[in-house]
Order: sequence, then structure tokens, then C-alpha cells
Amino acid sequence: MNEIWILAESKSGHVAPVSLELLAWARSLGKTGSVSVTAILPGPAIDPEELCYFGADSVIHCPSEGLSGFSARPLAACLSALLERRRPSVFLAAATTTGRTVLPYLAACEGLGLTADCTELSLDPETAVLLQTRPAAGGNIMATIRTTRGKPQMATVRPHSRRPLERDPGRTASVEVMDFHEAPGAAPPLGRDGGDSPPFPNGGLLLVEERPFESSRGIADARAVIAGGKGFRKKEGFALLDRLAGLVGAEVGASREAVDRGWADYPRQVGLSGRTISPELYIAVGISGAIQHLAGMQTSKTIVSINSDPEAPIAAMSDLAIRADLYEFIPALMAKLAGYRSADGVEA
Amino acid sequence: MKIAVLVKQVPETDSLTLDPETGTVVRSEDSSIVNPLDLYALEAALRIKDADPETSILALSMGPPQAETALREALAMGCDEAVLVTGREFGGSDTWATSRALSAALSKLGGFDLILCGEKATDGDTGQVGPEVAAFLDLPVLTYVGSLSLSSSRKEAQAQRIVEDGSQVLRCRLPMVMSFCKAIGEPRLPLLSGKRRAKAAQLRSFGLADLGLTAEETGAKGSPTKVVKVDRPRLSREATFMDARTEEGMDKACDALIALMLEKGLIVPSAAVAGATAARTQP
Repeated sequence: MNEIWILAESKSGHVAPVSLELLAWARSLGKTGSVSVTAILPGPAIDPEELCYFGADSVIHCPSEGLSGFSARPLAACLSALLERRRPSVFLAAATTTGRTVLPYLAACEGLGLTADCTELSLDPETAVLLQTRPAAGGNIMATIRTTRGKPQMATVRPHSRRPLERDPGRTASVEVMDFHEAPGAAPPLGRDGGDSPPFPNGGLLLVEERPFESSRGIADARAVIAGGKGFRKKEGFALLDRLAGLVGAEVGASREAVDRGWADYPRQVGLSGRTISPELYIAVGISGAIQHLAGMQTSKTIVSINSDPEAPIAAMSDLAIRADLYEFIPALMAKLAGYRSADGVEA
Repeated sequence: MKIAVLVKQVPETDSLTLDPETGTVVRSEDSSIVNPLDLYALEAALRIKDADPETSILALSMGPPQAETALREALAMGCDEAVLVTGREFGGSDTWATSRALSAALSKLGGFDLILCGEKATDGDTGQVGPEVAAFLDLPVLTYVGSLSLSSSRKEAQAQRIVEDGSQVLRCRLPMVMSFCKAIGEPRLPLLSGKRRAKAAQLRSFGLADLGLTAEETGAKGSPTKVVKVDRPRLSREATFMDARTEEGMDKACDALIALMLEKGLIVPSAAVAGATAARTQP
């Protein structure tokens, strides 16, 4: 029996959807009976049993506030303490801002290997060797990596690289609650700066405020992204993109050229030096498709490009390549969309 | 205040082209640059120095002797000194072994209030070295920092961290390791005077013995991960081409895209259209 752990995340007090994808990955690594899947859920959440309905055999919930994702040190200390008790063969986390911070911290503390941002995983049922495949060199090479030292074998897994399993409320919910207020390292010595400052209970960090992106969920988790590039030629053009995205409930993305020119904010940048995304539908408008951009969107389910140059590299990466002047195409498309509305409920 | 910035030399990705036949990358020779994302960490450090000239900034890299070029660029931008961890034994290091060596160098140099790095390198694309260095030094780490301001005492900082769905504002107690994203602001270009100074500067280098490490603790031997296979997937899809430069072509292309949006469940026919459709289909 191969034991697999996943690091679940919570968002606004609920299990984050990306954790359900991790469960699907974990279950894909072996038949029922040959693998057991445990979800570790740090931080407050009201629905830990959902993890069982989506594939976990058991959940260890560590609800301390101090184990929120922004501070790697206390969370890594908590995970180290759990590994003291039991060492699984495999430990997976999502390649999110949280997973990509906490798992390297844990890997260094534990002297373990870690593979970043995997898009493919397989487990040899006999040897329990985890083969971890990830894009490298700007997405032009797929490297398969194995961990040669110690247990667990650890990897972060790219969000959206697998769909969650069907929710099965018939599965047994087994949730163990563990408190880690007293865990070694969870509460490092309190420091005071000049006498007035509050102590820092979270390993040197204190959360002051959270600011969600306004009127937008951001491109990272979006089902559809419409991205604009240099082809827009001016900032005003991006207003057109905003309107189109609003009509169909998509998020606006941008190429590096567009962000560098100040047409869009950095969190919307798609590519190697921005975000790597894989939405259901990616529409590239006026983007020629530099390698560093392609590497950030090539795993999108369906790719459409709208470009005046049919030879642009983006065309070869597209499922549907439309040759058009974007300033003619977008208004024509929006006129035709008058008969439809966004499935999110915004009237077109 | 003392700041260290971790810098990596990487192949330039913007100069890469695709072989149209094989779909693989064609790398032009001699196109190594400073990892573009490290420039934001350098910029963050230099802004602290702008406000407080007492600040000293050390650029640290690990790599072959040629990585000196990257360090000289950091010096040209305004760093005060540079150290290169280099030696055959370090070759083939994964992120764990790299972080082990870099943290040993940082311990040896000692006394940093801030250790800054880029979000990730554009070649390896892992973003693991920052948090791993922090763990080896037993320091807290804050990743994806988009803006930073220091308290007057220089013992505390306020940082904005950019995450998937927004940003977080955090107070941080130094010393700390931080990784930066682009939101910090456009990195400065080196001045001519900086370039001259960088050219003349003496770089220090650390080898295995200087760091008190053994060959088993770093390089390929000390790395807990191994690459077992490399594939070159074709970067292409079977594209359907549509030409929307005529009125008819435009019409068809719009319809094709709307059909895709319907299929993906992004849009639904609006009530009026649905109603009209329903009316038509009634007997």
C-alpha cells in the first residue's frame, strides 16, 4: 500500500478547489486498495469533509490561524512534525503561491528533493518510484525527474493540470483535528521592535490586510482568458478588450509587451515572466507569440488567436487561427454577441 | 543596512526561435543574460540604497566562471560587491544543492538584514531557491513581493505580496528572505560610470573548501532529484485557419468563435433569443 499525502489549501474558510485537483492526481497514482490518500489541511476551514467526498481516505485538519499560506516557516514546521509521526511515499502540493513557498521550505528542512510545477505524474506500483514530469526551458522540453533520496517524494503540481473527481457524498468522512499551537517552530520567540510594535507570531510575518483584485477573479483560476498584446498599438484598445471579456465572463490577460507599455497590470501578464495558466479557452488577440508567452499558455485546453499576421508563431499554437484586423474583428464579434449573455449572469 | 541579492545567469529566452520543422527551440550562441526576474530584486535593493546611502548591497551567484558577467551587470546597476560560488563540484546541482551552497556562502559572509531574489529563473522556472535558502538559514521567507517599504529603525518592513486572487499587506521582522515579482517596478539601466566601475571591480569567488562543504553535499552528487528523461514536445497544434478580411470571412470567423464560447459554457443565448427560439419551435 502506497501512502500519498496532499497539502490542501483553504480559501475564505473553505477548502480551495485546487486541492480537489490534487486529490484526483493522488487517486490516479494507483487503484483503490493499492494507495491510501491523506489530505493535510492547514488553517481554518468549515468543510474539511469535502476532501473525503472528492477522494481523500482521511483528512488531518490543523485549524490554527497561524498556519495560513503566507508564512512558510510555521507551516513547514507543522508539516515536519507530521512527517515525524509517519512518512508517506509521496507528498504533493499545488503549484500555487502557497505550495511553491511552503514545499521548498519543507524540502530544505527535511533534506528532501522537490520537483516544481509538474504537469504529469506516475507511480510505479512495485518500486513506489514517483516519476515527475514538468515543462522546462520555457516549455520547450519536458523533463521527467525522480527523487533519489529520502521519503516522501515531493512535487508541486500545476493547477488545472487535472480535473477533480466527481463529488461522492457516500464516501466515509474521516477527519482528525490536530492543533499545532504548541508545535516546535510554529511560534518562534516573539520579537518586539522599539517597544511599540506588535509581536510577530507567524515566523516574522504579520498579516495587516488582504486586498482582493477589484471586480475580477484574476487570470490564474479563470475558465476563459482573453489576452491582448502589442497588436493593440495603444492603451485605449485594451478598453475594447475589457468590454469583450465582460460580455462573455472572461478575464483579461496581457503579453509582456502590453504590460511593459503600461496597457495592463502585471498580475495579468501571461508567460514565463508572468503567470502560467491553462484555462478552458484562451483567446490571444494581437499577440505574436514569443516563446516566453507560449510557455505560459500552451497547456490551455483550446487556443484561439486573432492576428493580422498568419505567420505569427501564435497561429501554429492555435486550434483556431483567425486572420483579422483586431479593431474590425472585436466590434463585429461584440455585435454578434448581442444575442447572448454571459453564463455568469451578466446581461450581454 | 546589509542586503544580499541572489543573481542567476540564464540563456536569453527572447532571442530563442522555433524551428518550424521540428517545433524545437533554436538557441543562438552566447546569449546569456542576468535572469530578467532577478533585475526586480536588484531594483528593490537599489531603491533601499537610494533612500539610505549607508546601505551596502552584495550580489551573489553560483555558476561557471562565465557567470561573472551577470555579477558585473549587477555591479554596474549599483551593487557594491559581488561573490561567485564556482567550481566543478557544484555542476549539476538541483535547487536543494544550489540553495545549500548559496546559504553556506551567505552564512560565511554573514550579517545580512535582507536576502533578496527574483520570483524564479526563466530557465529552470522552479522558484524554489529563495524559500530553500531561507530554510537553510532558518529565516522567515516572503515570496511574490510587489512593493516594500522599510521602517525608520530598519528592523521592520511593510510588504505587499501578490497572490492568485489579490494582494496581501504584511509586516515583516528582519532579517528575512524575500522574492520579488515585477510589480516592484521597472529595473534601472546601468549608468556608464557604473559600467566602468563594474569592469574594474575585483570579484571574490568561493569554492567548495571556502564554504566548508564536501563534494557529496552539492553538485549532482548532493542533489536529491535526478532528471531521468527529456522529451521535446512539438509546440504546435492542428490549427484551423480562417481569414476574416472579407465580410463573409468575418461573419464565419465570429460564428466559429461564438460556437466555441457556447461549447465551453461561457455564454448562453440571452432570454430574448431563447424565447424567440422557443416560440418558433412550438407547434
